[in-house]
Amino acid sequence: MQPLSAEQTMTTRWNRKDLLGLRELSAGEINLVLETADAFKQVGTREIKKVPALRGKTLVNFFVEPSTRTRTSFELAALRLSADIINISAEASSLTKGETLKDTARNLEALHADILVIRHSSAGAPQFLAERVSSSVINAGDGAHEHPTQGLLDVYTIRERRGRIEGLNVAIVGDILFSRVARSNIFALTKLGARVTLVGPSTLVPREFEKFGVTVSHDLESVLPQADVVNLLRIQHERQRNEYFPGLGEYIRLFGLTRERAKLLKPDCLIMHPGPINRGVEIDSELADGAQSVILDQVTNGLAVRMAVLYLCGGIAA
Amino acid sequence: MNATIIRNGRIIDPANGRDEVGDLLIVDAAIADLSQLSSVNSPPNEIDARGLIVAPGLIDIHVHLREPGFAWKETIATGALAAAAGGFTTVVCMPNTSPAADSASTVTWIKDRARDTACVHVLPAGAISKNLAGEELAPIASLAHSGVVAITDDGHCIQNHELMRRAVEYARMVGLPVLDHCQDYHLVGNGVVNEGEWSTLLGLPGWPAAGEEAIVMRNILLAELCQHHIHCQHISSAGSVRLIREARARGVKISGEVCPHHLALTDASIETFDPKFKMNPPLRSERDIEALVDGIADGTLSILCSDHAPHAAFEKEVEFDKAPFGIIGLETELGLFIDILVHKRRAISIRRLVEMFTVEPARLLNLDAGTLSLGAKADVTLLDPDMEWTVDTNLFRSLSHNTPFSGWKLRGRAVRTIVAGETVFAL
Repeated sequence: MQPLSAEQTMTTRWNRKDLLGLRELSAGEINLVLETADAFKQVGTREIKKVPALRGKTLVNFFVEPSTRTRTSFELAALRLSADIINISAEASSLTKGETLKDTARNLEALHADILVIRHSSAGAPQFLAERVSSSVINAGDGAHEHPTQGLLDVYTIRERRGRIEGLNVAIVGDILFSRVARSNIFALTKLGARVTLVGPSTLVPREFEKFGVTVSHDLESVLPQADVVNLLRIQHERQRNEYFPGLGEYIRLFGLTRERAKLLKPDCLIMHPGPINRGVEIDSELADGAQSVILDQVTNGLAVRMAVLYLCGGIAA
Repeated sequence: MNATIIRNGRIIDPANGRDEVGDLLIVDAAIADLSQLSSVNSPPNEIDARGLIVAPGLIDIHVHLREPGFAWKETIATGALAAAAGGFTTVVCMPNTSPAADSASTVTWIKDRARDTACVHVLPAGAISKNLAGEELAPIASLAHSGVVAITDDGHCIQNHELMRRAVEYARMVGLPVLDHCQDYHLVGNGVVNEGEWSTLLGLPGWPAAGEEAIVMRNILLAELCQHHIHCQHISSAGSVRLIREARARGVKISGEVCPHHLALTDASIETFDPKFKMNPPLRSERDIEALVDGIADGTLSILCSDHAPHAAFEKEVEFDKAPFGIIGLETELGLFIDILVHKRRAISIRRLVEMFTVEPARLLNLDAGTLSLGAKADVTLLDPDMEWTVDTNLFRSLSHNTPFSGWKLRGRAVRTIVAGETVFAL
């Protein structure tokens, strides 16, 4: 896939009310979000960090699955755009009283919510909502499907540090099968011309992924020397059924980014992690805080990227 | 004396090796010799069947009629109306009702209800295990005496091979065929769609073909061990077809059936996360479809059926992984099968298709049906194999409308359904 030139990007128009995933976005649309985020990132450095872009609009953070980091990031992004915000968590919603997702959505719409940000454990739940409400729907993570704003903030961070995406070698390490972050990263990175290698145990990185234009490897040490970016995914051992790998000890032995293994990395290789980190599991604690780590940049950039997404989709929904 | 004569149709009666244009006489709810026409005292009711196929009433051995317990999805009455509209004069209803059909009293209730409300013959299948729980045997001999035509835990699958072995042995004693929904619970886990490219892309839990094939293999081994027939329901994968083909070549008493959705659609349909495309077993790949078609063409798969599974709109219109499995099929299955197998893929003749809906199920379940022999019960289906029509859910007789085929243009359908001499559906 050829990334678009700057000129082509400038002419790309945003016409989506919803952001459900990155698979359906063009390279031009992804670049448009990144460029819009550039402008909003600059806002974050001002003394007054607020712009009136979404003044008078109502945003509902509808988090059926628990999340602190993503919810807070969306909340702050909406506040900086001057939107009014309500947070609804699974425990507080009527879903626990047996209300269907459809009815919950229609009730939120009846309150004239302009933007619904949804986190849900079921793949496809944001699309389900988007087909049934006129509000703008933003996917904040659905099952193992997509987490598009995480994918966007990851490519934003890489582009910020390296100046480009095209031609870079990006290794994504860990539980790929159950990871929505991995899928959104794969779609964004391949559309923008990066070479993506997925690394992890054979049970969590099935060969099926090679159909999507990426390489699958089960040998981390052979991948690290070429990598321009290493993105370490969280091992969700609290959720994983234990048949997928024998235990954390063996996982660390094969796939943990230890200090010893980090010596294989190029000096300018970026180390990323979507958080929350399991220190000493996916990544050595010192490396997480080291010079190559851009983990906190990801958090900062997430705010700018989410402002861009809310601004673009919110503008269409109006 | 009440008589009906069906004139100038192409009579296809595979049970008697008959395929010719002619007239069919029905006298007092039975097929009669044309010579009896002269002894009928009042003029017979005439049906013009020019250009149509006159077939024995079709049989669907795999439907869910939801009564007792789930009457908001379907009733025996509405399910029977849907069957009639689809060209079926006999259906076999699965035991996963509430209560399950695991006792003589529930089976008797279903039979009474069918007698009082259904316009086609409704034959109950009984459970293999108590409450379909897979833990202890249902009273299989009592079920046989109360009139079930087969036993199955459909929707569920007995995981304990020893229990299944004893069920098959016991069923042999009472002469009941065993039908099995083939699903290894460990291999399938929480899978909701075919494990493959699309499950990987969409992040939906995968249901691997091996989860079906492992149980098909188990059933082949048990059919050999117990020397009794096991019929594998809704076969969906290429591997299952290969296993059944090899076993049948060795003379094992094993068979398999195919549902239309497994021929009409692949797992690419799930791209929009629409639960109308969620069924168990799931939609699979083009390669699997080709293997199923080959299996139908060479006789490996001998039965066609719908797995008619009604669910109310509010039940299906939820998150994909939370939606119930299944689609309705009685009113679309014949059109889909004729269109795909006879017209598009040219896998079988219309004669063989009629045979697969009559002689084959009648033989499998020892049914007194599926033939136009003199004296046989006058169950007759008139087919127009070339009629083009569009699926319109507004016209459905079924209480539920959960079908992915709304708006599809199909070629071939039933135009009249006659049960015991009475027309129960006419287009």
